[in-house]
Formats: sequence, structure tokens, C-alpha cells
Amino acid sequence: MTLPEAEITLTVNGRSVRRRVEPRQHLIDFLREGLDLTGSHVGCEHGVCGACTVRVDGRIVRGCLMLAVQAAGCSVETIEGVSESGELADLQSAFHQRNALQCGYCTPGMLLCAAELLETTPNATRAQIREHISGNYCRCTGYQAIVDAIETTLTARRAGRTAD
Amino acid sequence: MTARLPCPIPAHADLAPGADPTVVTRGHIGSPDPRPNARRLLQGRGTYIDDLRVPRLAHVVFLRSPHAHARILKIDSSTASRAPGVLGVFDGPAIAAICKPWVGVLAHLKGIKSAEQYPLAIERACWQGEPVVAIVAETRAQAEDARELIEVQWEVLPAITDMDASLAGDPVLHPELGDNICFERSVDTGGIDEVFAQADVVVEETFQFGRHTGVCPEGRSILADYNAAEHSLLVHHSTQAPHMIHDVLARHFDIPEAQVRVLCHDVGGAYGIKVHVYPDEICTVATSILLRRPVKFVADRMESFVSDIHAREHKATVRLAARHDGTILGIDLRDLTAIGPYSMYPRTSGIEGNQVVNLTGGPYRHQHYRAHMQAVFTNKNVTCQYRAVGHPIAVAITEGIVDLAAERLGIDPAEFRRRNLIPDDAYPYAFPSGVRFEQLSHQQCLDRLLELMDYEHLRADQAAARARGCYRGIGLAAMIEVTNPSAAFYGVGGARISSQDGATVRLEPTGALTVLCSVTEQGQGTETVFAQIAADVLGVSMERVRVITGDTAATPYGGGTWGSRGAGIGGEAVLQSARALRAQVLDAAAAILSCDKAQLDIAQDAVIDRLSGQTRLSLAELGRICYYRPDTLPAGFQSELVATRHYVPRDYAFAFTNGIQASWVEVDIETGFVQLLGHWCVEDCGTVINPLLVDEQIRGGVVQGLGAALLEECCYDDQGQMLNAHLGDYLVPMALEMPDIVCAHVQTPTRTSELGAKGAGEAGTAGAPAAVMNAINDALRPLAARVTAQPFTPERILAALGRV
Repeated sequence: MTLPEAEITLTVNGRSVRRRVEPRQHLIDFLREGLDLTGSHVGCEHGVCGACTVRVDGRIVRGCLMLAVQAAGCSVETIEGVSESGELADLQSAFHQRNALQCGYCTPGMLLCAAELLETTPNATRAQIREHISGNYCRCTGYQAIVDAIETTLTARRAGRTAD
Repeated sequence: MTARLPCPIPAHADLAPGADPTVVTRGHIGSPDPRPNARRLLQGRGTYIDDLRVPRLAHVVFLRSPHAHARILKIDSSTASRAPGVLGVFDGPAIAAICKPWVGVLAHLKGIKSAEQYPLAIERACWQGEPVVAIVAETRAQAEDARELIEVQWEVLPAITDMDASLAGDPVLHPELGDNICFERSVDTGGIDEVFAQADVVVEETFQFGRHTGVCPEGRSILADYNAAEHSLLVHHSTQAPHMIHDVLARHFDIPEAQVRVLCHDVGGAYGIKVHVYPDEICTVATSILLRRPVKFVADRMESFVSDIHAREHKATVRLAARHDGTILGIDLRDLTAIGPYSMYPRTSGIEGNQVVNLTGGPYRHQHYRAHMQAVFTNKNVTCQYRAVGHPIAVAITEGIVDLAAERLGIDPAEFRRRNLIPDDAYPYAFPSGVRFEQLSHQQCLDRLLELMDYEHLRADQAAARARGCYRGIGLAAMIEVTNPSAAFYGVGGARISSQDGATVRLEPTGALTVLCSVTEQGQGTETVFAQIAADVLGVSMERVRVITGDTAATPYGGGTWGSRGAGIGGEAVLQSARALRAQVLDAAAAILSCDKAQLDIAQDAVIDRLSGQTRLSLAELGRICYYRPDTLPAGFQSELVATRHYVPRDYAFAFTNGIQASWVEVDIETGFVQLLGHWCVEDCGTVINPLLVDEQIRGGVVQGLGAALLEECCYDDQGQMLNAHLGDYLVPMALEMPDIVCAHVQTPTRTSELGAKGAGEAGTAGAPAAVMNAINDALRPLAARVTAQPFTPERILAALGRV
């Protein structure tokens, strides 16, 4: 049964948004259907594949395991936002150069997942990279190119920090 | 190690002044160019079906049969029809009234039979997951809410879930067919019994293969938009074969072909799953026609597991006869496969078993072969062609029995293969199953593989590990692969599936190129390789080439993407059309410059003097004159700055490729877990147009094969219920367990085309399971344990070790 709609206010990609939503609506469906932010994808709707990965208050979450009402008052970032800000430009470029994507369906979630590792574990090994992204399903690449691209970005960022 | 035959690519950008334009020098072809179309996907700017925004869009969901086999006694949708937002509720007869049924048979698969199939089940459901009722509403949530209100009265019928029971034929699933055998095929060179009677050694093994499925990241999706005013149909579809779907829709809905348009946007993974005609997708089109408004269907994950085609449920018993020196004398195969209740339309569910018969034993030079294959109906989800169709089974059967023979004879498995692989100078070669090979490179690939993996070093490591109680193993898997299929695959059997593809190349007024091709893109990089080819032939820079695919209203007619044909067939069509346009551009340039065409060439976006290399006219200037100032051209000269050419292989039914893989594993004999320590693949796909893309196709394919070998299985109970139709329970490869994969290539271009490219997309999936199986069995050899049933789960390994 549907419950009465609730009004929520939240920040999405830096802009304040106020909408009425069904309490049962998932965050990913709210972003896609309510705000037309279609860059984040729906893959399994049970929290396994990671295609719906978005950031809420700076941490990655599964958009299919969180309700839109739970994001009230939060700051949500999606692939559209981080692409506009240029925050992941180096990672996106490394993915491009290394062909670390084929169909691209998992890619926005994979990028946001990898971005978290870039921030939290700047010295991550290949094994740590593999472990970190092992909640994000990619059927096309076999993962190696993704691991390479993340490793390249980690190395470049470390070199950049040293240069600073 | 690399065999590089002359490949007559025409003159292009880096041609030295005065050089012979027919000599090959490579610019973009052979270069690891990144994919221009990947940029939008990296920024979340792709367009998958569910991303489209269409006015008055309605949403359809399906009530599916909860039973494997049941009679539909009554459907009560009266409450659902009145639920909020509901626009229509349709049952089987309502849809059948406007859509002709189909039967998944082809004339060249002699004797294949199946029953009529409708978009929604009528009177009886034959598998758990078969669509029974379609519910259309203003939102998907409303449609799903209304689905809960539908009441169906079922009479549960006995389900056939075991393939041996099906073969026995009690009961017969479709009584009008007489028995449960969908298709059977035999090959017999004769003399097999004599060969086995006289052999020094005969080995026999039974291999079993679990059902698995493609698990596309994006579920199957279709958005149908029927326009009643002009009786026209626009369909946005996540598909590999838009022209095939176009033809099916026109025929089954009686809409003139010219009033149908199928558009593919970005496709979120396909792997053969999205090349078939699915009842729920056809039903979506029907609801759009009935409601006269756009309707969208996107399969969710759980319904994907019970409605996307499955593949590979086989049980094969194989015998191999050999001499003491290891010479293989003959192979004898019996294969049984269960395909579900219907043969899939229009490609049929007979092809996979047919390929097992065609390909088993394929890398080796024995001349005696006998095979018998039967495909039977069961009350499980339908099976059909999924990436590498039949190859993983044929390769595992072959390489498993070859390893067993080598073990029995005490010959190292690499040496055993060297003695038996068809020599590289033996071509053209006819294999006993009837397939013909133009030119393969098994021996070169074996050499390259052993060098790449440092085989001797690994053998030493293995011995040292065993000494400390650690069980490591090496598995080899040689393979042949069907690519660039001609009309022999489907067309000769009466399927309206194009084996030829076409490309149009157009010079724009700015000197840019537009390429339109009937081959589609699902991330393999087909659009990129087409741009590379066009750029090279026409001397235009890559960034000035735009490629358009996936629109039946715009591109030439063709087959699309399947059967490892995109680069080899589509690429050749692009090459030929670009060559034709090049000649036409030079005609125009000669007219403008009032000189002999033979004095001119094209390089770096300009017409140049062939001898001096000096720029005579930029392509932008040529475009400006031809399009905007044709009045200044010589009288009677009309420029033609567009060319279209088509291509289909004719000399060989298929451009066979070959390759070999190796797996290096460690088996934990306490837990049964397999750790993948390394994986190598050497493959010969002819001309490598883009090594970056080819290697990632191989790696992705290998990992799909590793999933099949170790993780993936659609588990059914004896009532025909799929027990793990959930991504939490159906295990797929994730990054943590997968190894780095080393790829290398031998290049033997096919002479059947100028480009020389063969397919590469399925090779990884074809060989990886066999390599892993042989590696596990190599690891377990000191313990006298063997596994032969995929996937090789810890439970099965512990059972083989006698520990559970």
C-alpha cells in the first residue's frame, strides 16, 4: 500500500532540491525519475551490483538500499555532479585511456567507488584496489583494466602531492 | 613469432611522398586508440533505454508463471484493472489477437521441431518465469501494485526437469510433436569402432555443464511507440540486431516494413543475451499498439534470471583413442542438452549443440570422428545462444579428454598437444566434422604461450609447492573459434537474419566524415574500429570521423553484432565504402584542380600532390566547393561525396580463429576453494585493428569463462523452480577473485577480406573453463581426484577428494 507523500529537502550536486516523494521510493529512483539524473543506474535493486552507487554526505551508498526520505537534509552527489566539478577528471581520463569500460553501465558507480579509495587509501596496492571495488559488478572488462586505471591515478596523484 | 601477412590497406595519412599507395603502412589500424564514444559513458551521459524521456509514456510489468508447468484455469484481473493508474491488463488471447505466434526452427537444422509460442502464455505455462499477464500503468510502481491484485487459478502439471527423463519421453511436453527431442544431429566419418578396437589406449569421461546466463548489467529493455495516425512503429531497443527485430516486428504485427524503425542507443551489456526475440518484449510492442501510446519494459534482476535465455546445460560422454606415442586416432562423442520448453526464436536452441558437434576435437589432426547430439525439451527457462555458443563445452570436452589421455600415456600435456595440434603448414584443412579452416596457427600459439607463461618455471614451482603440501596446477586449453559467419549460419536455414553488413561513408562540407554502419555497438569498440579504418583509408584524422550505428531508418541493412562478426564483416564493409569514397573525392579534386586524378592523394585532411606531398586542397575546401559552389565545377561534373558498400564472406562458411589459454591455480584441499594465480591467452584473430580493444575483449571474455568454471549456475529443484534467481545467490565474478590476464597475439589475416580481421570477442569465454578444469585436475592429480562437472564449486571439489 502506498503511504501519503512526504516532502523532503536535500542538496543534490550542490543545489538545494525540495520534492514530494512516496516514502517507499528508493533514493536511486528519486534521482533518476524525480530529478532526471540518469547517470546513476539501476542494476539489481538488491544491493549487490553497485551500479546505483552515489555519494551521500561524502560516503558512497547503494542508491537502491536507501530510501529517498532517508536522504532528507543530506548532501547527495552523483556522477553528473562530480563530472561537472572536475573532481574525477584524472580518474575518468585514466579509465578512457586504459579502456576500463565497455558497455559503460557499471562505470558511474565504479568511478564513485574508486574515488573513495583514492581519497582514503592513497597508497593502495593492486590487491587493495581489487578488494575495494569488489562490490561493483562489471560484466564486460574482467576488471583488470579498471584496476590498472585506478592504480595509474593513484600513482599520478601521489606524484602530484610529492611535487607540491 | 608473429606471422604478419601482407595486408593491402590503401594509402593513408602517413604514406611517404612518392611511396606506392598500395603498400601497407599503418596509421590508425593497429593503433591502441581509446574509444571516443566512451567519454559520454564516463560522465554518466550515456543513453540506455530507461534513460529516455518520452511524453505519455506508460510502463508494463508482467505476471509470470510461478510454476514450471501449469494449466491456466482462470485469470481474474477485475480488481487490478480498476487500480490507480492502470491503463490496461492483457492476457494471452488478447495479445495473440494482434500478434502472430512463432516457431523457433530453421530448415538447415534438419528435423528440428518446436511448438508455437505466443507473447503471453495461452492455457498453459511451460516454465517458471513465462509471462502470463501484462499490466500497463502510468508508473511502474502502479503497474507492480496492480499485479498483486491479479488472481490466477492454476492446475499444476508434472514438470520435466531432468534431461534423461525428458529423453525417455514420459510425459511428452508438446504432445503434437510426438516426443521431447527438439533436435538431434550425428556425424560419423566411419571406421570409428575399428580405430578404437586397435588403439593402444582408450580414455573415456563424462563432463557435465551447469546452466548459466549472461547477467547483463542493464536488464533487457524496450520502449515501443506506436503511432496510430500513420500505423507506424518506433521501437527503442536494447538489442544487438536491430534489423532482425525490425523484420520480426513488421511481420508479426502486420506493419509495412517501411513504417517500422528500430533504434539502439547505448546497450548495457548483451553478450548474446540481447540477440533473441523475447515474448515479453514482443508483448510490450503489442500493448503499445493496443493502447496507442508509448510503453516501456525494463526487466528487473529477478525476472531477468528466469526470462533471459540460459545456456550450456549439457552432459557429454567422450572417448578418445590414441597410440603409445600420443597420436590421437579418433574421438567419439555423445552429447545431451536440455533447452527448456521451446526452441528460441528465430535463431533456434539447436545451434549450441550443433556447435558442440562441429567443434569437439577441432584443434587436432585425427581423422576419425563420431558424434551424436540430442537437444531435449524440459520445463525450465529457455536456453539459446550466449557468448561463445557451444565453444566452452566443446573445448572443455576436448581438452579434458586430451589431458586424461596425456596422463594415461605419461606424456606432458604441452608435449601431447604439440604432437597432435594441426601443423601450421597443413592449411587449408578439412576437419572431420565437416568444417574447413583457411589458415590457423596452433603451433605458433602454443610456442608463444609456453614462453609467455614460462611453463618450465611453473612446473618447477608446482613441484616445490607439492613438496610442502600445497596443491597447484597448470591447465592448457587449445581452441578453435567460429567467427565472421556467412549465410551458412542462419540465412540458408530460412532465417531472415542478414549475414552481410553495409557501411556508408560520407564526406561532410567541413571535410569531416560520417560513417553509418549496420553493425552495432555494445561497448566492444566497433564504432571506434570503424572510425580507425575510415580515417586510414581517407587520410582523415580520427577526431573528424563520426560513426552512427543502431538505427534501421539510417544505416545500411545488416546483421548487427553477434558471432564475432563486427570487426571482420562490418570493418570490411567500412573499408570498401571508404575506398570507394576516396576515389570519388579524388574525382572531385581532379575536377576542381583541373589535373589528372592519378597525380593526387589524400593525407592529413587534405588532397595532396602524390609526388611532392604538397597540399593542393583541404578536404574542407573541397567540401565547400562541392556542396555550396557546385556552379564553379566543370560543366557536366557532379560530385558524389558519399559511398556505400556491403560485405559478406563467401569463400568459407566461417573465418575460424584459433588460440590457446593457460590457467595456473592453487586448490585448498581443506576448503575446496580454488585460487586463480594466473591466466594467459594467446589468440589469432588475424589483423588486430585496435590492440587495446582486442585485449580487453579477450580479458572480459576470459572472466566470463572463469565465472562459468567456478561460480555461475542457475540451480533448479526437481519441481523446476530456480533456486538462486537473485544476484546475492547467483555468483558472478567480482574483482577480488579474478587474476590479471596476460594476452598475446599471433596475426594470421584472413585472405577472404582485404582487412584480414577475424573475430575476437568470444575467444576468452570459449577456452577459459577448460583451462581452469585442467588446472584443478592437475593440482589434484597426486590425490587421485578429478572434477568434471562445472561449475567447480568447493563442494564438488571436496566431494571429489572424498571429504564430503
